[in-house]
Amino acid sequence: MQIRFWGTRGSLPAPLTAADVRAKLVAALTEVQGRSLETPAAVEAFVAGLPFSIRGTFGGDSSCVELIDGENTNHVLCDMGSGARRYGVEMLRRHGPDNPQTYHVFMSHTHWDHIMGFPMFPPAYLPGNRIIIHGCHAEIAGAFHRQHGAPSFPVEFSQLQAAIEFVVLKPDTTTEIAGYQVTPLLQRHSGDSYGYRFEKNGKCVVYSTDSEHRTEQSEEAERFARFFNNADLVIFDAMYSLAEATSVKEDWGHSSNVIGVELCQMANAKRLCLFHHEPTYSDSQIEDVLHKTRRLEEITRAETPLEIITAYDGLTVTL
Amino acid sequence: MEIGVEDRGNVLVLKVSGRIDHLNASAFHEALTPHLSHCSADGTPIVLDLSGLDYISSAGLRIFMIVAKQANARGGRIAVAQMQPLVREIFEISHFHLVYEIFASTDDALAAISSTTTTTA
Ligand SMILES: [Zn+2]
Ligand SMILES: [Zn+2]
Repeated sequence: MQIRFWGTRGSLPAPLTAADVRAKLVAALTEVQGRSLETPAAVEAFVAGLPFSIRGTFGGDSSCVELIDGENTNHVLCDMGSGARRYGVEMLRRHGPDNPQTYHVFMSHTHWDHIMGFPMFPPAYLPGNRIIIHGCHAEIAGAFHRQHGAPSFPVEFSQLQAAIEFVVLKPDTTTEIAGYQVTPLLQRHSGDSYGYRFEKNGKCVVYSTDSEHRTEQSEEAERFARFFNNADLVIFDAMYSLAEATSVKEDWGHSSNVIGVELCQMANAKRLCLFHHEPTYSDSQIEDVLHKTRRLEEITRAETPLEIITAYDGLTVTL
Repeated sequence: MEIGVEDRGNVLVLKVSGRIDHLNASAFHEALTPHLSHCSADGTPIVLDLSGLDYISSAGLRIFMIVAKQANARGGRIAVAQMQPLVREIFEISHFHLVYEIFASTDDALAAISSTTTTTA
């Protein structure tokens, strides 16, 4: 199983500015000092050695994550944030316009940052494509319809040419969909959100974004520890610091890196991926959170280590 | 988790020891609560001596946040002192160093607090 991240930013897309790119160039060239970069290979090696926040970017698109599985001809996606545009373009490039495809989409919830990519998702415009949108909210179809048509968008939902279906799933109930055993779980978030646990061929990934945690409530912590149990990868809403999430941003519906580490340690998960990055954070701030989270894991580790990564647009993780 | 109480004249020193996690965070809160009522603008500042605290989880830090808010709301002053390196790192990673004044030793905390707790005529 592979996981590809098409959108990783929380709440609103956050593209780089010209000043951000310039700052990266200045930082990179400052690092060159005294080195000889006379061959393309030397340049490549030098760039590869730079911190990710200088040589790359964590990306600006909002939530959209693909599950890839060699045996599967169906496409599986979590959320339709702005990252779905690039994903849809890539699918068309790969399969061509005359080769209908089936897409299964699992929706955490219908806040705008999680549905905004759908009007710009090219496969929705092509007849023959089938898009099945799964979620636990009864009113999920309404949220998709509402962002189409006047005054928000030039195209009415009814003008979309693909066959679009909505399927309401039951939390805490495992269903086989597109070859995966899928279990949704209710999460604490304004208007509710749902996490999804996907299992196939002995591998497991949990997608758990837009979820606030109250770890002082033991049953709540244990409910999530069971949901994350032995997962190979947990994609986790780590938008705020713990101090923010328990003070000014309490009840804003998001969590922290610290709680991600604790729940994954309780669950004996193998890898934690920090996700739904705060839109005001720079690349170096996100990188700093990653380093501190790794340090926290190191100093609180019981036995087996938990690997910590942070999501960026374009990242592929192989389980 | 245990809390020892030491009255140092005009400052109350609470010595916290053991581990605080989701299993005993509410007990920790209950144990602190009676002491908090005196922590106000013209009351008794509190120094939490954390030399005996071995570990704190997010559930425990949440209580530290509630306690800081309660003290601040009354205009009281509360500080932490003498953290073990591990607990200090957890504090910083969680950004709780932005919430609490942190002192290397209880004496430093007492000196700082006493010097600013001026007596008014
Ligand atoms: Zn969101
Ligand atoms: Zn949301």
